[in-house]
Amino acid sequence: MVEYEMIVIDLFLMLVSAYVVGFLYYGLYRNITARFQRRIGPPVTQSFYDSIKFWVKEETLSHGWMFYLGPVIMMAGALMTLFFIPFFYQSDAFSGLSRYGNLFVVLYLMMLGPLGNAMGVGAGGSPFGAMGVTRGLTRLFAMELPFYIAVIALMSINHSADIATIAAHQESYNAFSYPLLFIGALFSFIAMMGQSPFDVPGAPVEVYSGPASEFSGKFLALLMSQSAIFSFAKLVLMVNLFLGGASGFAELLLKTFALFVFVIAFGALYGRFKTPQSVDFLVKVPTGIAVVGLLLAIYGG
Amino acid sequence: MEEGFLIQQRQMESDLSSDTSHKSSVDFLMNWFRKRSIFVLAYGTGCGAIEMPPTFTSRYDAERLGIRGAATPRQADVIIVSGYCSYKTLRRIIRTYEQMANPKYVLALGSCTVNGGMYWDSYNTIKKLEDYIPVDMYVSGCMPRPESILEGFLALQKEIAEGKASSWQRYEENYEFYRKNQEKVLGRNVAPAYDADWYLYDGGL
Repeated sequence: MVEYEMIVIDLFLMLVSAYVVGFLYYGLYRNITARFQRRIGPPVTQSFYDSIKFWVKEETLSHGWMFYLGPVIMMAGALMTLFFIPFFYQSDAFSGLSRYGNLFVVLYLMMLGPLGNAMGVGAGGSPFGAMGVTRGLTRLFAMELPFYIAVIALMSINHSADIATIAAHQESYNAFSYPLLFIGALFSFIAMMGQSPFDVPGAPVEVYSGPASEFSGKFLALLMSQSAIFSFAKLVLMVNLFLGGASGFAELLLKTFALFVFVIAFGALYGRFKTPQSVDFLVKVPTGIAVVGLLLAIYGG
Repeated sequence: MEEGFLIQQRQMESDLSSDTSHKSSVDFLMNWFRKRSIFVLAYGTGCGAIEMPPTFTSRYDAERLGIRGAATPRQADVIIVSGYCSYKTLRRIIRTYEQMANPKYVLALGSCTVNGGMYWDSYNTIKKLEDYIPVDMYVSGCMPRPESILEGFLALQKEIAEGKASSWQRYEENYEFYRKNQEKVLGRNVAPAYDADWYLYDGGL
């Protein structure tokens, strides 16, 4: 009984820390992007203000129950992904449910968000939403290939699908031991974080924020929250797989932030691909790099 | 239905005597967040749209004040009606304004929204925007520079923080007045019906 209570407290702490850090990172993202564009930019806490303002806005929309469930399913997907990824590889605290599920579960749960998104947006009936979802799902197939190949390679190298095991068994970081796998997965990761040049689903001036175009008020606040939490979960996963995991909060924040700044800088430097271009690129270049990395990792050494 | 003049008179008087003593501290906190985060639907109705890109991009950087563009009316807090406004555009403005979620604010840009400006005797533009949708803040000028727009935003933020910017309540309370004025220039079909008829039936999608 005590064990279950501990897990619930653990999950709550994970949720709160991911929420706070995710929103701070999102604020930093806006601020750093502004600096790239020679602006002062909003304060770091701006995302909190936006989120709270949207929570207290009135809601007058009605598009049926699936429209309401869409953001909820996305939030559930983000939260479950977060809960199955351990923050630290050698500690029981902040390990959440990771002892009950491995990398396969995480990869499966990461699909839940786009699914809920597609169903909610479809019920909304906004043509721009449908366009955004179509673009997102088209990109999704290509986006996952290099990441899955890299993950399969890591699992076969470590003979384990447990995230904490993979994070712990890194003499130097996996990013340096298997650079080709890391580069391939990094391209997928940039796409997963919704950064240029792969930000086709929510392209602001093309499809008017795409999937989010029909959501307002509390739905938008829920979407923003899930986006912040999901981003942090993906950062932690990437750090666990390739950057040696973390043993304390300082190390975790340092590593995730370094990765995050790299992704932001990449996004700020490049323009947006068209949807077919992004699929073409992801299927050819990063997938090719990851396949060579996989072959080298298995047969090379 | 009350006469338009009486309603306008009452609005002027109520603005003078508006007190915020009944507001709780939570309201003030929420108003502060609303003030600090303003999503703008920059509606380029007429000539003023060209002043908005510099306002929102690197030169004047409105984002440092928490003001940023919104992609769709659903996500927006403020709609900017810029410059003259023809009858055709007015229909779109009303449709867009009614799609926005409460609380919502209107920033009217340019002299044409105040009294018709240089289009004072035009046959197909409206003269006073306030007659058709409620306005929170006017920025006069022809055209107002980005500095003026920012100053208008700062004044609007001050009103929001004090809880005085309540044009959406005015619209709901005096809907008949606004609707009558809208119908006067647009006919009975001011905006399409708000159900999904247009796409479920009637040879839609």
